[in-house]
Amino acid sequence: MNMKTPDFDPVRRKFLSSVAAAAGVMLAPGVMLYGVTRPSSAAARAAGVEASGDVRWGMLIDLDRCESDCNECVSACSRENGLQGHGRQATDAQWIRKVETSSPHTGASRSLPVMCQHCAEPPCVDVCPTGASFKRADGIVLVDKHICIGCRFCMMACPYKARSFVHETLEDQKPYAPRGKGTVESCTLCVHRVDAGRTPACVEACSDAGGGAMLFGDLNDPDSEISQRVTNYASQQIRVDLGLDPGVRYRNL
Amino acid sequence: MKPIIYSEIEGRSARFYGFAAILGVFVLSALASAYYMEHNGHFVTGMSNQIVWGMPHVFAIFLIVAASGALNVASIGTVFGKTMYKPLGRLSSLLAIALLVGGLAVLVLDLGRPDRLIVAMTNYNFKSIFAWNIFLYVGFIAIVVVYLWLQMERRMNRHVPAAGMVAFLWRLVLTTGTGSIFGFLVAREAYDSAIMAPLFIAMSFSFGLAVYILVLLAACRGSGREVGDVLLRRMGRLLGVFVALVLYFTAMQHLTNLYAAEHAGVERFILLDGGIYTLLFWAVQVVVGGLLPMALVFRSASTGSDKIVRTVTLASVLVIIGGFAQVYVIVIGGQAWPLTLFPGMEVSSSFYDGAIAAYTPSLPEIGLGLGGVALTGLLILFGMKLLRFLPTTLANAAIDPHHVAAVEKT
Repeated sequence: MNMKTPDFDPVRRKFLSSVAAAAGVMLAPGVMLYGVTRPSSAAARAAGVEASGDVRWGMLIDLDRCESDCNECVSACSRENGLQGHGRQATDAQWIRKVETSSPHTGASRSLPVMCQHCAEPPCVDVCPTGASFKRADGIVLVDKHICIGCRFCMMACPYKARSFVHETLEDQKPYAPRGKGTVESCTLCVHRVDAGRTPACVEACSDAGGGAMLFGDLNDPDSEISQRVTNYASQQIRVDLGLDPGVRYRNL
Repeated sequence: MKPIIYSEIEGRSARFYGFAAILGVFVLSALASAYYMEHNGHFVTGMSNQIVWGMPHVFAIFLIVAASGALNVASIGTVFGKTMYKPLGRLSSLLAIALLVGGLAVLVLDLGRPDRLIVAMTNYNFKSIFAWNIFLYVGFIAIVVVYLWLQMERRMNRHVPAAGMVAFLWRLVLTTGTGSIFGFLVAREAYDSAIMAPLFIAMSFSFGLAVYILVLLAACRGSGREVGDVLLRRMGRLLGVFVALVLYFTAMQHLTNLYAAEHAGVERFILLDGGIYTLLFWAVQVVVGGLLPMALVFRSASTGSDKIVRTVTLASVLVIIGGFAQVYVIVIGGQAWPLTLFPGMEVSSSFYDGAIAAYTPSLPEIGLGLGGVALTGLLILFGMKLLRFLPTTLANAAIDPHHVAAVEKT
């Protein structure tokens, strides 16, 4: 923030951008190749290429496979994104949490992970005064940490309590998941992994060490596994009555 | 009726500078509080991921709501043509600006990144009610400055009614915007209602007039100017009407919610078993800030001229205390009630799902809020010292044509 603006040299800048473009062309195929190994239908996104509106990233979570005592998705998220608690529950950031629900009438209970639901009509984006809260063309809802002023209106507006305010000084940040003291943050759907053709950390952890309840993929691709499943089996959205069309869906809620 | 003469307050006495110094200390402590909060991060405050807006917002919203209401006194003179209120217009405009600046200062200093104020001024999301409010606030200050200039420059006095109308309409839109910050929050059961806009307008009428009365009485007393009981009685009664209006909208806010079974929980929380919020609602907002001041001002017809100052002052103080409690219940109480993600289910999590959120205001938050009030005070104080805001007298004979006629007849 305090860096001085270097003197502008058009020739140098042009040269550098050519080099960057050339490097992008060289590297892109490699990234694409990596994407082939991904479990979902769409390819990885090359650097400098805008997110595509043809894709809608989403998640389907099968609660019959989600155990109450399993916290793998939450731990994986914290590890991946460098969310270190300070032992202060009320102010520590939580991008994903396990919610236990039970019916007061029947006693039937469920355990489910809740994170940013990556709405198609996100209220956090509507209310943000500066446009720091935004939705990418591929449906991922993010916060631009450079223009977030920390007003927290998005936290007031989010129906899912998905957002956290960074209440303390940060240390040891992950370079791919930048955070900012005094700004608001939430689940990024591990956008850095998704852009590299991988699945979010929580999904991977759930598959490796948990019950394999979480499925990630492109809701717009009719051939993707997630599309097939939401087409063939009933799934639910949390607070569907609000009409926000969340990208995170649940089965057996 | 003689033309009204305005003059500066002297502002050279030890008392003046002593008072200014006290306000200055509060402003400095607010700056220190803001630095402390920004340096350490907001975890040092009572605010959390559950109560995201705390005491600074209570102060800021109270001041901003009162700002638009303080301008009403000028509007009553110019827009509604009440002669008795015309001498009060200049001070009303000064108060409106000072209260708004005080409130905004608190709001800005509480931001997670107050250093990015320029970002808020250069990046706009026009779908955001918050972004509209930035325009409404800045526009309000600009319009009131022009309105004030037209009032103070005699050659331009003929344009005052037009400017007064613009300012009046703008302030209605502004308070609508402030109320809608809450009204547009569809997911929060305590808000999510179109009534928030008119409720906030009614609150602004009431809080603004109460603040105006207190400042006017203090300024006139401090500079040895007379305020006649005719004016005071009239302002007192008007305050009573405004307080009744707030109670009406508050009643409708809760009755509407009570009728919907889905909101029974949040209403039960605020009205019945919400602890501090229930206490603040009934005891402070409704009784101390509503019924009591109404009783005081509507029974003041028989109050002697010597006691009317005390009665109206007391009523105004009670309205401000009740109003502050009301904003606290709306802002903090409304957030303390948890979001309903799974209607009809009992829920729990490590992130306080389904739990009533705890909040204890911290000293820096209160310090920051009081600093905003002090900044408002300083602006008013030095405004009155530098320019002619205050009429030399508000005695009955000076401001009430009927009073003069009555005296002449006898």
